[in-house]
Amino acid sequence: MVVGESKPIEEILAMVADFDKILLTGCKGCVTVCNAGGQKEVGILASALKIARKKEGREIQIDEVTLERQCDPEYIDQLEEPINNNSYDAVVSMACSVGPQYIAARYEDLLVFPALNTTFIGGSLEHGVWAEFCQACGACGIHNFGALCPIARCAKSLLNGPCGGSSGGKCEISPETDCVWHLIYDRMNRLGQLDKMANVVMFKDWTTSRDGGPRKIVREDLKQ
Amino acid sequence: MKAQSNLERVFAAGHFAVTGELGPPRGADAEVIKEKGQYLVGLVDSVNVTDNQTAVVRMASMAVCRLLLDMGLEPNLQMVCRDRNRLAIQADLLGASALGIKNVLCLSGDHQKFGDHPQAKNVFDIDSMQLIATCKKMRDEGKLINEHELEGVPHFFIGAAANPFADPFDFRVTRLAKKIEAGVDFIQSQCIYNMDKFRTWMQQANDLGLTEKCYIMAGITPLKSVGMARYMQKFVPGLDVPEEYIARLKGVEKKEQGAEGIKIAIEQIQEMKEMKGISGVHVMAIEWEEKVEEIVTGAGLLPRPEVS
Repeated sequence: MVVGESKPIEEILAMVADFDKILLTGCKGCVTVCNAGGQKEVGILASALKIARKKEGREIQIDEVTLERQCDPEYIDQLEEPINNNSYDAVVSMACSVGPQYIAARYEDLLVFPALNTTFIGGSLEHGVWAEFCQACGACGIHNFGALCPIARCAKSLLNGPCGGSSGGKCEISPETDCVWHLIYDRMNRLGQLDKMANVVMFKDWTTSRDGGPRKIVREDLKQ
Repeated sequence: MKAQSNLERVFAAGHFAVTGELGPPRGADAEVIKEKGQYLVGLVDSVNVTDNQTAVVRMASMAVCRLLLDMGLEPNLQMVCRDRNRLAIQADLLGASALGIKNVLCLSGDHQKFGDHPQAKNVFDIDSMQLIATCKKMRDEGKLINEHELEGVPHFFIGAAANPFADPFDFRVTRLAKKIEAGVDFIQSQCIYNMDKFRTWMQQANDLGLTEKCYIMAGITPLKSVGMARYMQKFVPGLDVPEEYIARLKGVEKKEQGAEGIKIAIEQIQEMKEMKGISGVHVMAIEWEEKVEEIVTGAGLLPRPEVS
């Protein structure tokens, strides 16, 4: 999933400092799963903002709505009713950064702000802990590395084994960060595939990654 | 001969080679290079010039290499993959060759997290293994990575680093073999302190016949003090400083610790001279260039051979 986390409340307060009436929009997709921007978090952020503004002596009206998803035009339709019937100063989205961009594209004259920092494509390790697993390079080759991704999980995206900074299974950048190459080595060892690690992996083609420019998928079989 | 560099000729003639290292300054003053370089004239066969080492911005390695050539020192251009993509790397290699630089050391590069610009975007378009392959392809096939034919082929003596003290240990000799397969001509090891582990790694390399396929230089960094030894032991990833050496430094008066560190370095070099598969030493006297003479003299490495 796309993992995000809330921006600091101070940053969000600064974004809405000039406004008295905003619409706060959550998303029931990935950011609900990672406890960052679902219905519950929308309620919590709305309360926090209202309390902070009340303390400043300048109350703010915050309406709340949580969409099925903010990355599909058909669900953005759900904003028609609240936005057309209210004169909001701005919309604050708690989706990943796709959401505020979709809202901005739909409502050309409306100010839109992100309440989350979209962090990475990853998964949860335990309750309250998430980690990055994929960098969306667009040409998955993890089967060559014991089904672990060195592009996303090695600090240097190395393709030919652990660098000289791998120590005790940890990466040189932090004792909190696993050396994915050590994990790959251990797994290849268990799988009896260490011989594969002796091959030199040559240049990666990054054209399928962000380096090739903004990406788009067109599925002719699904287009109407 | 692949590049006709002095270092390559020294190896080819069967001599035990000696390389030094020079860290460029954090400024534009060429005099610093002349001052530091002067300490190395006549003492080493080639001088590594570090490339934004520890991810700290310094004078460009290529420029410093050219300044050393002007002083009569043969440079070894260190190049990291952190700061350049394949376009910049190949362009720099062509430029380096045009400037008369014949040795290149291919490195991944320390992560910028440790440096003076941790906010920087890193590159790592290619890795150190692929950088070796790039140098080899340019030299042996006269082509860029994209198969484009070069007008004017760069001739490099291709080096790389090896760290026998990083983990997982059993993969370290495989990684060396991969670097050889990618096209490396010589290897300079990480600073060695754990001699037992180094001997084991060399034994593995000898057993696999790898020492017949490239020249291996043992990395030697004299310990200046107990403080430095402790710092390297605790904070430099991939360095292994045994208590034995720290005890030796502690055993002498504080002002004598540097001299004891040099004594240790000389003993290490003497053992390296006898070790099967070792073709030379890479003396990294970090910000202590003035002590290289004492070390190489003490280790009986002078005079340096003149090989035509």
